[in-house]
Amino acid sequence: MAELKFSKDHEWIAVEGDVATIGITDHAQQALGDVVFVELPELGREVTAGEACAVVESVKAASDVYAPISGRVVEVNSALADNPGTINSDPAGAGWFFKLEPSAPAELADLMDDAAYHRFVEDHA
Amino acid sequence: MADSTESLLETPLGALHRELGGRMVPFAGYAMPVQYPLGILGEHLHCRAAAGLFDVSHMGQAELVGANAAAALEALTPADVQGLKPMRQRYALLTTEAGGIFDDFMVANFGNRLFLVVNASRKHEDFARIEAALPAGVKLKRLPDRALLALQGPGAAAAIAPLCPALAGMKFMDVAEVTIAGVPAFVSRSGYTGEDGYEISVPAEQAEGFARALLALPGVAPVGLGARDSLRLEAGLCLYGNDIDETTSPVEAALVWSIGKRRRMEWNFPGAERVREELANGTQRLRVGIRPEGRQPARGHTAVHAPGGAQVGEITSGGFGPSLNGPMAMGYVARDHAADNTALDLMVRGKPLAARVAAMPFVANRYAR
Repeated sequence: MAELKFSKDHEWIAVEGDVATIGITDHAQQALGDVVFVELPELGREVTAGEACAVVESVKAASDVYAPISGRVVEVNSALADNPGTINSDPAGAGWFFKLEPSAPAELADLMDDAAYHRFVEDHA
Repeated sequence: MADSTESLLETPLGALHRELGGRMVPFAGYAMPVQYPLGILGEHLHCRAAAGLFDVSHMGQAELVGANAAAALEALTPADVQGLKPMRQRYALLTTEAGGIFDDFMVANFGNRLFLVVNASRKHEDFARIEAALPAGVKLKRLPDRALLALQGPGAAAAIAPLCPALAGMKFMDVAEVTIAGVPAFVSRSGYTGEDGYEISVPAEQAEGFARALLALPGVAPVGLGARDSLRLEAGLCLYGNDIDETTSPVEAALVWSIGKRRRMEWNFPGAERVREELANGTQRLRVGIRPEGRQPARGHTAVHAPGGAQVGEITSGGFGPSLNGPMAMGYVARDHAADNTALDLMVRGKPLAARVAAMPFVANRYAR
């Protein structure tokens, strides 16, 4: 079972073995509204924790998606190009953005678990 | 911020918006619903397929009364107000002495008075400017105790007809004083979506009941500011403060059609010198429609370049058109780059996005002509 963590920028990250899958939370997709376009990072790009590496555009506005931890981009969800609405309909599943090979796995300890993230969202509602 | 809505004004429909699940945001000093649970995309498409109800009570309403009201207003606008027939409405600009656009507004001739609707963000400035220019015998009467609702969409006329059969006989830009569901109303057959529909002014204290009566009609759903913006952009309509302002002239903004023919002989409106010069010699820049290739939107303030070259303009409104099913924008470009189909680069996050100048509206108007 993958370990699920959350960032203050409303990304989720699921780590399984040496690959981390990243997407945005249900709370984030609701706040954004209908997604119409996604810009994904290039394969092989080295990103550091907190770095803007994808963009999600709703009808309303463009928002950055940040890397919750550092690593190298090893896969992107190219299916989103044709079906960006998947981010709204299945943000925690088929709506994932990209996968990283973590370069500093210890950074995961700085992220929130499920309960902490839900408290965070409620406190900032 | 959690407290950002505390100092905001409320329209008479504030409680109803919240009851309907509206997500309230600050807009022109008011708490307004940006969307309801259906969402911007769904509300937009619903308005184009059936009918949408918009609360536009934040806009400024006023009456201009007095025998010479039309002539008095012409001192501030290049529109032909004196030639506006009874029970007709016209789109007009307030211009500055320097030939910029002070605001855009609607003026209707109700026979015994002119009825004005101006932008929420400009209403205090507009009314002060109008009042300062009025001669003796002409009075501006602000109407802060009236709400304004817009019912828009191909299903609007059929939906509201049972409440007031007289509305069906109106044509685009006709106005009427009628009673709808027992509420006395000033109505115009117009809107800000490119669709057929009505804009309806009612007393504030009756607005909520009136809105509920409209929402109970078949096919009518509430639509928020988010879809209002995507609908008007698909229709090629300007948003004051984004696409037009005191720095843009009516000629640059491609709004020369709002200048009366007689006014173009008289040249006696604020900024006439600049307008006259620009009509004779052309402008440096023009407002145009722009369609990015692919699906990536380019937002307001995006720099517009010649392909692989220098900057030639800037986007003033941009987003995704749900009915167009693609990105769309409007903005100002240098005259040499303003012809339809001219290739452009839009600099989005540091990268050029290929685009072309495109005719507006992006989605065909469906007014009841």
